[in-house]
Amino acid sequence: MNDGKLLEEIERYLTGEMTPQEHKQFELLRKGDTAINAKITEHQEFAKLLKQYSDRLALENRLNAIHDEIDVHTLTEELIVHPSLIVRLWRNHHSKISLAASILIFAILGTLFVTGNLSNQDSKYIQLRREVGNLKQKTESLNRKVTQSANRNGVTVMDRFRGTGFAITSNGLIATNYHVINGADSVYVQNAAGKSFKAKVLYTEPENDIAILKIVDTSFRNLGAIPYTFKKTESDLAESVYTYGYPQDSPVFNEGKVTSAVGLNGDSLDYQISIPINAGNSGSPLMDSKGNVIGLVQAKQTQMEGVHFAVKVSYLLNAIQNIPSDSLNKKISLNTKNTLSNLNTVQQVKKLKNYVFMVKVYDK
Amino acid sequence: MYKEVKGSIPTDSEVILGILNNSESVLKRLYVAYFPMVLQLIINNNGTPDDAKDIYQEAIIILYNKIKAGDFELSSKLKTFLYSVCRRLWLKRLGQMARFGGDIRDFNEYAPVDDEVEKQGEMDIQFSKMGVALQLLGEPCKTIMEDFYINNRSMQEICERFGYTNADNAKTQKYKCLQRLKKLFFQQK
Repeated sequence: MNDGKLLEEIERYLTGEMTPQEHKQFELLRKGDTAINAKITEHQEFAKLLKQYSDRLALENRLNAIHDEIDVHTLTEELIVHPSLIVRLWRNHHSKISLAASILIFAILGTLFVTGNLSNQDSKYIQLRREVGNLKQKTESLNRKVTQSANRNGVTVMDRFRGTGFAITSNGLIATNYHVINGADSVYVQNAAGKSFKAKVLYTEPENDIAILKIVDTSFRNLGAIPYTFKKTESDLAESVYTYGYPQDSPVFNEGKVTSAVGLNGDSLDYQISIPINAGNSGSPLMDSKGNVIGLVQAKQTQMEGVHFAVKVSYLLNAIQNIPSDSLNKKISLNTKNTLSNLNTVQQVKKLKNYVFMVKVYDK
Repeated sequence: MYKEVKGSIPTDSEVILGILNNSESVLKRLYVAYFPMVLQLIINNNGTPDDAKDIYQEAIIILYNKIKAGDFELSSKLKTFLYSVCRRLWLKRLGQMARFGGDIRDFNEYAPVDDEVEKQGEMDIQFSKMGVALQLLGEPCKTIMEDFYINNRSMQEICERFGYTNADNAKTQKYKCLQRLKKLFFQQK
């Protein structure tokens, strides 16, 4: 039996055209021969698929005919959910809006550039020396006579800047910020009792914003043992700290926490601290609760409230090491005995008073 | 959400009976009744009216075959079933086109219909293969195949239509055509 003949038989078998006799015979053949059985099944499946395929085509045609009678366009108009007004405005006018926005950006950038607000340092960072304003100068010039009589020791010119400094040795070495005394013609320090002493700038490290002054006034007497020590290790976050300085004519105490071990833009020179400090606080000692000096109050950020910076004391210690020996009469020995550690803050500040000075700067 | 043409929406049991009885009018009323629902779904989810037509017809075919096969259980409303199938199909299509933003705006409740959609997907692949195979087969084989296997014409009729001198020639021709069709069908990946 060739394949063509076999197919004919299969078709007759499947469509039921065989006589009962033939049918029986074919059933037997099918049972005995798996190859033929597979062929029958395959053909049956294929013919069925062909039939289903044509049914499907017919159904699709019917559906298409129905579909053609529907007014899809009108329905679409009715059913589309219109986006909100803003989205539609954007879709219809986005080129114009973009143009306007870019012009605006250019205008803002241009304004910032022209006004100089774009340059980084200036906008972010205010160093905290206190500029004694022109207005004040004028006002005080009216009272000059009174001032002169008070200042018999001969300071007749008004000071230009003020900051704070604190003693690092009992013989009159004072630490402060470089930016406080930068450009100074002469420098005076004033103690808590209101007495001024002439000082000279002994050593500066502008890159670390550190300056060491030496009191050269003949009326200056030894301060006595320094009550605080300098903490050599780095302080931890959240440590309670306080500062004591001269943002105004009388000393001001403020306290807060160490909030970051790095300063502006990750600068490892500084601690970031949460103490409300003001112009004139520059150079104030940053103390921990045990009466150790841990830093030198330096600056604040203009854009965020309560973000202030203090130079780490380790840089100050380095600076002290670096003072050329020929500018010193004798080697500096820093105090190692802390007499504040067992006192509470009130008592600490009372003791501190005599070792923190207002730094007054006169320029040309 | 949309205007339903009053009085023309067939009830669910009407649809089932109508399809079983090959009623053209019921099919049409069914189609017209729920098309707006699907159109709304598709055009508000990144689709065009043509997409809606494709998806909706596929869903109707699934429903139709299910009813014909007798295994349609009215577990949910017909409307929900159609909506769910269309939603599933459309999500699949969006995925294929990489146009799916991860969020679909729904207008109706829906039920899981993954099985139906998957089964239909497999059938669709078979059908498209068959379509291609028939196209490649060419004339007169295509017509002979259609006449014999689809329209159930006898060999005698085919013999006369194509002017074969005797039935044996026609049979040989038909056999060759079928072999070629099978070959074309099965060699497609």
